[in-house]
Amino acid sequence: MNEVTKIDGIGSSVRRTEDKKFLTGKGRYTDDINRPGQVQAYFLRSDVAHAEIKSIDTKAAQSAPGVVGVFTGSDIAADKVGGPICGWVVPCRDGSSTKEPPHPLLAQGKVRFVGDAVAVVVAETMEQAKSAAELIDVDYNELTPVVDFVNADKGAQIHEEVPNNCYFDWELGDESATNKAIKSAAKVVKLSVRNNRLVPNAMEPRSALAEYDSLDESYTLHTTSQNPHLTRLVLAAFMFAIPESKLRVIAPDVGGGFGSKIYVYIEEAVCVWASKKIGRPVKWTADRTQAFLTDCHGRDHANDVQLALDDNNKIIGLRVDTVCNLGAYLSAFSVVVPTILHGTLLSGQYDIPAIYTNVKGMATNTVNVDAYRGAGRPEATYLLERTMETAAREVGMDPAEFRRINFIPKDAFPYQTQVALQYDIGDYEPHLDKAMEMIDYSNFEKRRAEAAKRGMYRGIGMSSYIEACGLAPSAVVGALGGRVGQWESASVRVNPTGTISVFTGSHSHGQGHATTFAQIVADKLGIPIENVEVIHGDTDKTPFGMGSYGSRSLASGGSAISKAVDKIINKSKKIAAHLLEASEDDIDFKDGKFVVGGTDKEKAFGEIALAAYVPHNYPLETLEPGLEENAFYDPTNFVFPSGTHIAEVEIDPATGVVEVVDWAACDDFGNLVNPMIVEGQVHGGIAQGIGQALLEDAHYDENGQLLTASYMDYCMPRADDLPSFKVGYTNTPCTHNDLGVKGCGEAGAIASPPALINAVIDALSPLGVTDMSMPATPQKVWKAIQESQSVAAE
Amino acid sequence: MGEISLKLNGKLETKDVADNTLLIDFIREHVGLTGTHVGCDTSQCGACVIHLDGVSVKACTMLAKQAEGSEIVTIEGLADGDELHPMQQAFHENHGLQCGFCTPGMVMSAVEMVTKNKNISEDEIRKGLEGNICRCTGYHNIVQSVKAGAAKMGG
Repeated sequence: MNEVTKIDGIGSSVRRTEDKKFLTGKGRYTDDINRPGQVQAYFLRSDVAHAEIKSIDTKAAQSAPGVVGVFTGSDIAADKVGGPICGWVVPCRDGSSTKEPPHPLLAQGKVRFVGDAVAVVVAETMEQAKSAAELIDVDYNELTPVVDFVNADKGAQIHEEVPNNCYFDWELGDESATNKAIKSAAKVVKLSVRNNRLVPNAMEPRSALAEYDSLDESYTLHTTSQNPHLTRLVLAAFMFAIPESKLRVIAPDVGGGFGSKIYVYIEEAVCVWASKKIGRPVKWTADRTQAFLTDCHGRDHANDVQLALDDNNKIIGLRVDTVCNLGAYLSAFSVVVPTILHGTLLSGQYDIPAIYTNVKGMATNTVNVDAYRGAGRPEATYLLERTMETAAREVGMDPAEFRRINFIPKDAFPYQTQVALQYDIGDYEPHLDKAMEMIDYSNFEKRRAEAAKRGMYRGIGMSSYIEACGLAPSAVVGALGGRVGQWESASVRVNPTGTISVFTGSHSHGQGHATTFAQIVADKLGIPIENVEVIHGDTDKTPFGMGSYGSRSLASGGSAISKAVDKIINKSKKIAAHLLEASEDDIDFKDGKFVVGGTDKEKAFGEIALAAYVPHNYPLETLEPGLEENAFYDPTNFVFPSGTHIAEVEIDPATGVVEVVDWAACDDFGNLVNPMIVEGQVHGGIAQGIGQALLEDAHYDENGQLLTASYMDYCMPRADDLPSFKVGYTNTPCTHNDLGVKGCGEAGAIASPPALINAVIDALSPLGVTDMSMPATPQKVWKAIQESQSVAAE
Repeated sequence: MGEISLKLNGKLETKDVADNTLLIDFIREHVGLTGTHVGCDTSQCGACVIHLDGVSVKACTMLAKQAEGSEIVTIEGLADGDELHPMQQAFHENHGLQCGFCTPGMVMSAVEMVTKNKNISEDEIRKGLEGNICRCTGYHNIVQSVKAGAAKMGG
């Protein structure tokens, strides 16, 4: 752990400065905002998964009470408004590129999933809009829906631009070397796993409020976004062809994102468009059913794994063949998630000399699939850590020892993997050891025996994960098919009294940036945290920035702030040198004071700030007045958090219920700025991972109807489903950013599903159970127990 | 349409609203107190929990008309001026909130739970919060907050 230098500085668990407004009901989320004259938008959505639209009759709806406008795809087409774009594409094995079919804002000629928007009704009240939508008559010619993504290539073609319903067929690694390793192996461990489909379910449903100002021909959009500047760029440049300056995007308080609020959704664009068309502010807020049907889902992979071992149980090769479901349209980052963010993670924490992976991204008549907490990395970790434990079992080794002999040794960093990434630093045995100690691994068999006496099956399972976050540098991102930069921005404004306003391009939707970022500034400038305000989420106030996703905010955004503060200190030293009549080289800055080395001559930071804005005694001939600096930070590499999570479970054979009885997480996030906030991120991630492993499953039936479209049907983790968590840390500071920080937002969700499923299988291993799919529901577990007993009886 | 009068955070509110107006819409849309949230449409998430005559209820699940003449406390009415309610303070001190969206309902549920059971156990807290969904915290720190809040409230 890094040394805590200051009560509210870096390394201190400062209580969050943003809490009070949320605790007193003064948070300001998009749906809390109302504008004079506003009208409500309601989207009529397809109730069939795949169909041609023969006709849409909106006449009756047009004249319904309160209705001010009814629009369909042809109105959008007439105004030549573009649809959402794909932000990252990859090359295919046959030399072609990713197939990018158009995604119209409102359906044009065809609907492709249940929930696809067919028309929008704008009315004085939401009730009137909903009632009028019921009067719209849509005549469909139904087509066979494609739901099973593994066999989607054999289904009806969904887009004319996408033959065999395959958006891309991508590969990474050395196929011949890997196949050779598999052929020559002493043992090949084979495993097929499914990564179940999830719904992100941020508790705040998506919402948009758009307003058009006819005087200066500009728009203002309040929206639930993780990255307001990207939303503005996409809307202005790709959809409406207007200068960015004519659109202000504000993402006020946002109630969770987990990836689902990265993208520009059609509803935001339609509200912007309709606000001008109607000349009144237009608001739309999803109810939970719409959220289930239209928010991008996550995961949904099928992976075939082959792990090759030599005589000493050392890994000599890994081959993974993946098919994944991307849904009806290509969402902004849907291509990068199962490819770059998945394939490049397949080396995990292990020294693997040959790796090859092939990924096919399929179109289906389900809603789009894109990033959800972890985004590609949980899928990679799940298949790898399940395979590691399976392999350990098959070769008769303790899973911890099997991992240990295959870890990348700590003196091998920087370590070049066979799947493109170069890990700058890591040390994996300490977090394995510590997690084992935290959960009392060595006495587990005693606990298993004790549980058996009570008629319960007790199991333990682990997962040692690697994460790559803070995607960078931009040049590499570009070379890999990314269409955006991956730097982050900061503007640090010192006000005349010495208080600070920090403007960040990152966005906080629960992560506590207002506190963490203020700690960095307070620590570096030696000032109280109360003097630092962090501003984010408004394109008119903040510099262009990339927003928050992929656990990038501290590593990229925090580093940008740190760099801007360094510039402030450098300029302040010049001012101090002038005021103190000393050479700049003799000025030391410590604890908020500029001191002439070896003397008692000093100036406080506040005095420098005042001098910069009241420059009566100031080196104006060589230095500009004012004290405000920008930084745009483009990291030189990803950051690579790692860790080990261990789950302990008890299974009641009478009910099949899996109870998580203990959890130990030991993570290496580099230096911690606010350990309390980091711990909260770990807890939340683990809970989502436990949700995936035991409870959650987005299920479409064969007709493409989402059967799990409410909290009655989609099982969210609740307080009584989860244990308390033991959280610990090791620390190898990141080598390439000033703060030595990595990312912590997604680790829990990445590490936990395989640890938990490994524990379930371990619990049932005395019965001969060797596999369990997610979610491990009571029914599934009970069935596995029954089947094993009937096999034993035979 | 019909007139509905009720006491909201100690203040009498009288509004002329449609008969099918939900209590949550009365509070959010007609009175304009937006601290109480709507997170689902099946009475499952608990973001809309308020106190109606001292009992915690989901404001999305009843008509405003059913609350006629009642005394309602929402999250905005919990603090004593600038001084946070002990449960609010406990959530702050124990990092019991992240995005803040479920927080008003969580706090209102917790206050009622602890008022009824001052020596509440961790198990009872977890079971008691079954009707409130949080996607951010994994509940660990919410449970710690409620425990600390209970102690502050005289448990």
